[in-house]
Amino acid sequence: MSEPHVETPQQADEANAHRSDVAGGTSAPGPAERSSDVLLEVDHVTLRFGGVVALNDVSFSLRKGEIFGLIGPNGAGKTTCFNAMTGVYRPTSGTISFNGESIVGKKKHEITRGGIARTFQNVRLFPEMTALENVMVGADAHHKTSVVGALFRLPRHWQEERSGREKALELLRFVGIVHRAGEVSRNLSYGEQRRLEIARALATNPTLLCLDEPAAGFNPAEKEELLALIRKIRDTGVTVLLIEHDMRLVMGVTDRIVVLEFGKKIAEGTPAEVRDNPKVIAAYLGVPTDAA
Amino acid sequence: MNFSGLIQDFGPLTITGLAQGAIIALFALGYTLVYGVLRLINFAHSEVFLLGSYACLIVWGFFGLDQNSATPNVFSVIGLLLLGLMAAIVISGLTALGVELVAYRPLRRRNAPPLAFLITAIGASLFISETVGVITKRNIKAVPPLIRPADVFVIGNMHVTNLQILIIVLALVMMFVLDRFINRSRLGRGIRAVAQNPDSAALMGVNKSRVIALVFLLGGLMAGIAAVMYDLKIGVTRFDAGFLLGIEAFTAAVLGGIGNLRGALLGGLLLGVLQNYAASLFGTQWLHAASFVLLVLILLVRPTGLLGESLGRARA
Repeated sequence: MSEPHVETPQQADEANAHRSDVAGGTSAPGPAERSSDVLLEVDHVTLRFGGVVALNDVSFSLRKGEIFGLIGPNGAGKTTCFNAMTGVYRPTSGTISFNGESIVGKKKHEITRGGIARTFQNVRLFPEMTALENVMVGADAHHKTSVVGALFRLPRHWQEERSGREKALELLRFVGIVHRAGEVSRNLSYGEQRRLEIARALATNPTLLCLDEPAAGFNPAEKEELLALIRKIRDTGVTVLLIEHDMRLVMGVTDRIVVLEFGKKIAEGTPAEVRDNPKVIAAYLGVPTDAA
Repeated sequence: MNFSGLIQDFGPLTITGLAQGAIIALFALGYTLVYGVLRLINFAHSEVFLLGSYACLIVWGFFGLDQNSATPNVFSVIGLLLLGLMAAIVISGLTALGVELVAYRPLRRRNAPPLAFLITAIGASLFISETVGVITKRNIKAVPPLIRPADVFVIGNMHVTNLQILIIVLALVMMFVLDRFINRSRLGRGIRAVAQNPDSAALMGVNKSRVIALVFLLGGLMAGIAAVMYDLKIGVTRFDAGFLLGIEAFTAAVLGGIGNLRGALLGGLLLGVLQNYAASLFGTQWLHAASFVLLVLILLVRPTGLLGESLGRARA
């Protein structure tokens, strides 16, 4: 679990913080610990777009059942990191493994079926489908009927169709918009669309749910509701990765946080540790690093 | 302009136009489905139709039927019709799938620009039609008289034949089945998801390549049925049979709103009927010119077609 890769005094501090966090984690973790505890591991990932280094040697790992925050100022590389984890971008170097298996080079739909689901910073629903249908598309990922089965409406098709519908309704209830199930999704309010996106992502049966700035454009009351929903999701056993630039929001809900700035990891730890980290404060308040 | 002719023959012109339009509509589905998902005009779809029109003739040839045969008894006709349809559906479906796998998928893998797809589409179309031309020595092939047109009922001077009823009913049934499939089934949901937002669909676990293959296959199946109906109605086929009808079918798809299944049906029927009215009004030589002028006029008023674009909106 700990960072074997120690470069700067800052990162040494971080590794110390880490040690206190994980019992007996002073040396490199054994394989048993890795497989039992770590859900997703980002290992020395670098991603370049032409000359721009979007991610520079970033490493961190997510443990099962936690709410993990990935934060940083705008343009720090949070979404890029996210995209690499969900198969949208392929890292220039480094590996990303999920449940001990590398996901680099896998197709997006394969990664989804493997158990990683995500929402987008800007809502990306299927605008002309009803809320229920949007969620059912996610649920469909795990169904098995073939083209023939669907064309001839074999019993299994009906059964899956019914269970998919029930599951979708249940998820809409879970996120609190079941009363809008029959409405075409583009007619939903912004807040409802965000909730629908979460329900749709949950329908793919993820073990890891990645939320990309889910609170963007929310007022404080809505943010509070969202935090409650995120905790509720974690309580069902789903690990949650949260991307945010609103520090206060992240502090309230996450178990651990990684802070990115200019594509580099500058801090990692519990919310309290990260909040007091001078580098993080500098990054957020814009104080030059050498003055901090 | 011959207004009195149009008014006098309004009934017969309408029914023959509807039958022609039903074939165009089934044909148009392939254009509209592929466009809805890929934003690509699959010009090779006319050859998907062409091969279907030969496939049923080959099957009927196995049973010793040619244009000089007598019409077999009712049960044989039904059996032969089903076999012919099956052959055309299979061949057209496989052709459509083959075109996708050979001509389009490799380009998609390499992120080719839209223009490259357009050229391959035209290339695939010409390649297939010219190959058929070489094999058939560019001769026309006559269709055995499987169904002798006979009046089923007459209203005024409108004689409705068994063949016209068969064509129109079959087209409506197929449209209904396809519409249900797209709007109610899991695979249909996948198709609509990819049409509305391909990236989100992939992230929801929808296999985009499979959806695309399915869309080509469905378009091919419908073109196969259209091809058999065309054979029975026109009585001959030729290596370039798909060309002009393909343009009409594409026109119908645009007229109804490309990407929209119900639009293809409406566009097809409308085009078939309007062509007949135009032919009566201005003379048969103006049939195509007049109908295309009308198309332009309709698009000026409704640029996205009568029912609007996108597979997603097909449900409205």
